[in-house]
Amino acid sequence: MATVIIPAQLRKLTGGKDRVKAKGRNVRQLIEDLDRQFPGFSEQLLQDGDVKPSIAVSIDGEMGTGGVLEPVGEDSEVFFLPALGGGRENPGG
Amino acid sequence: MAHLNGSSDGNFRVIGTRPIRHDGVEKVTGQALYGADYSMPGMLYGKVLRSPHAHAKIKSIRIDKALKHPGVHAVITGADFPEVKGVMAQVGELVVNTHYLSLNVMARDKVLYDGHPVAAVAATSKHIAEEALELIEVDYELLPPVMTAEEAMKPDAPILLPELRSRFIAHRTDPGSPEGPDRPTNVAAHIQFQRGDLEAGFKSADFIVEREYRTATVHQGYIEPQNALAIYNPDGHITIYCSTQGSFNVRTLTASILGLSEGMIRVVPAEIGGGFGGKTTVYLEPLAVLLSKKSGRPVKLTMTRSEVLRATGPTSGTKIRVKLGATRQGKITAAEVWMAYEAGAFPGSPFAPGAMTTLGPYHIENLKIDSFDVVVNRPKVAAYRAPGSPASAFACETALDEVAEKCGIDPLELRLRNASHEGTPQPAGPPFKKIGYIETVEAIKNSDHYRSELIGKNRGRGVASGFWFNGGLQSSATVNVHTDGTISVVTGSVDIGGTRAAMAMIAAEVLGLNVTDVRPIVTDTDAIGHTDVTGGSRIALATGLAVYDAAHDALRQLKQRAAKLWEKQPEEVQFKNGVFTASGENAAPLTLKELASRLARTGGPVTGRATVNAGAVGAVGNAFATVCVDVEVDPETGKVQILRATIAQDAGRAIHPSYVEGQMQGGLAQGLGWALSEEYVYDERGVLRNTSLLDYRMPTCLDLPPIETIVVEVPNPSHPLGVRGVGEVSIVPPMAAVANAIYRAVGVRMRELPMSPPRLLKELMRKQGTSVEQQAAAAD
Repeated sequence: MATVIIPAQLRKLTGGKDRVKAKGRNVRQLIEDLDRQFPGFSEQLLQDGDVKPSIAVSIDGEMGTGGVLEPVGEDSEVFFLPALGGGRENPGG
Repeated sequence: MAHLNGSSDGNFRVIGTRPIRHDGVEKVTGQALYGADYSMPGMLYGKVLRSPHAHAKIKSIRIDKALKHPGVHAVITGADFPEVKGVMAQVGELVVNTHYLSLNVMARDKVLYDGHPVAAVAATSKHIAEEALELIEVDYELLPPVMTAEEAMKPDAPILLPELRSRFIAHRTDPGSPEGPDRPTNVAAHIQFQRGDLEAGFKSADFIVEREYRTATVHQGYIEPQNALAIYNPDGHITIYCSTQGSFNVRTLTASILGLSEGMIRVVPAEIGGGFGGKTTVYLEPLAVLLSKKSGRPVKLTMTRSEVLRATGPTSGTKIRVKLGATRQGKITAAEVWMAYEAGAFPGSPFAPGAMTTLGPYHIENLKIDSFDVVVNRPKVAAYRAPGSPASAFACETALDEVAEKCGIDPLELRLRNASHEGTPQPAGPPFKKIGYIETVEAIKNSDHYRSELIGKNRGRGVASGFWFNGGLQSSATVNVHTDGTISVVTGSVDIGGTRAAMAMIAAEVLGLNVTDVRPIVTDTDAIGHTDVTGGSRIALATGLAVYDAAHDALRQLKQRAAKLWEKQPEEVQFKNGVFTASGENAAPLTLKELASRLARTGGPVTGRATVNAGAVGAVGNAFATVCVDVEVDPETGKVQILRATIAQDAGRAIHPSYVEGQMQGGLAQGLGWALSEEYVYDERGVLRNTSLLDYRMPTCLDLPPIETIVVEVPNPSHPLGVRGVGEVSIVPPMAAVANAIYRAVGVRMRELPMSPPRLLKELMRKQGTSVEQQAAAAD
């Protein structure tokens, strides 16, 4: 299973754990498994079925650009990070 | 140049040489067309009415008098814009909220900064358009402005955007607890990175340095103001000529703001007179399109310098607190950084990249970084060379200098003792791949500059380092082989820093041609595949990769043609030094020129094509730079003179060393301006007071010494040519290097930018226990 390093903002979902194990051959499956274990991950990471534009995924030190289709290895190390330009969701607009 | 870990010497025929740029003659003879040079039959001239207030409600706008003014063909206001649903969209290196982008292009019910557009006019001359602006009546209800992050974060601060709610921010910080306080806020977002045990880290320190810093809003200072010419055809097709770093960005953003299909818009990028990140978004383009649609005529708008400074995106002012714990041996045991970035009127400052790069050059096990995106009544910020990193580096690299002093060790040695290397976790977590940070420090340490003695009163030497990720993103390229054996290389990457030459050199290298046999072309959005912005230091790397692949695609086809001529299999054909060969009879060697003349009889023209997503193929290599600066301080006036400046930067592999050096010198020069003289000056009403380059003081050649460069080459193992981006990291270290040099010159630690004469003089007086007023009285 891949190791997912949990950003500080999302550690409430994992009971404070900064890294957890999750399974999946791509980012979509990985997030689905995270959401099964720790409900709320999909809402935080996905928008219209893909990774939110404001979030970047680093897999084994490479910044993935395939969104939910990005392959994840059996022993991969996965980080969810802000996308390069920063930004935020818009609650009102 | 310093060649390290895999010298390219001898391995390349063209790469690493310094040919004359292909677009040089056009530019020095004035033939090159910039945006303002374009003109169309029947063209109208547009002008924008801008808010004179920093914060106000728009109660009403009356345009009837302006519409009746002779020569006026169209007037637009916020009412002419469609409602844009707020979605976050990845546009090149930016993530933008299209709703806020639309509000920034044209105000609706509220103005949020001095210069915010409220209406625009198209008329038969600029003067008539200006007259018409004076006939537009806007009734404002003034609101109190909030100009700094500190003010804006106070609980009772005036609110810019009522939809920003603290509950939402709390939810982001603590998503398991949606029931947070629900009140309006100016804090648009918060990000945190944390690792290790901060408390234990500080406990194990021998001493702690804790300081507070402030940096000013500064502008990119590109010499060419924004401009746009739009032609709205009756069939709904639109053509836009403009000065931009990203023609595809302009297409996407304009379509989004106006509710159009991207396919209806063609964007032709003009030559560009600088951008530095500031031309990665849109200001005039949607206005020009709407005015053209309303008037039925082509419409051109060109900003004045005052409009550029008041209403295009500068970079954030910041407030930063740094706490470092260290041992007496110079090991940093813990670091805590708190940062607030002013976004301007709408969310979207570089608060995240600022957090992700700060202290990047160092391996610190116990670390906590908090960064906030804060709206204020200033123009919405735009990207500026390594966005977010220079401000945080100013703070942290200055605090590090104090650590070195307390340890009694050389500041470069302190950096080496804590230096990041391959495998070190970045501040955001992922480990660095192969990087050349240590090599840049050693290059400065061994430089003639650092080893020379600095003699003289009130003189000092400072050093600092910087880190920037670099971008990857998408690029497309086409290589057309002509019948005379020359080629054209077509890309969609606007050439800011000499990238035409770099693209030509890469193609020439692959195809065994002279660089003069290659014509590099930058084309429009209808003529090439999607290409992201010229930004993120990504063109030599990513578009270069597309050109490299497209040239190899052409080469593969050429081998097939040679095989056909020789009645052999393509895999039997060899290519070396520009000559195709095969063993056996009936296979006389062919140069590319000879083969090119026979393409018609072997299947027709040869065109190589390639598209890449450089991030997807992991080609991006991180960049580091280290800077050394000597200064002399005039204790009577507080003026700082830069005596000598040297920068060492890891370029991975320099395709055209002169343009790499140019990027290094340019970034350092801008950083020196940021350090010493540049700042937005607002009055108490929030009105910008320095709206010309006489008052917004950028450095000139008289202010700067020749800047010495040391190009370090630690090849990027993920790129076939070893390239790393080179355009941005050079601006990261200079401010701290100057602050550290000033300290060594006169014993004053400067913690606010710019370190202008009044500010430095005040600190000098404080050190002497006097005030400026007392000194003036004594002089009398």
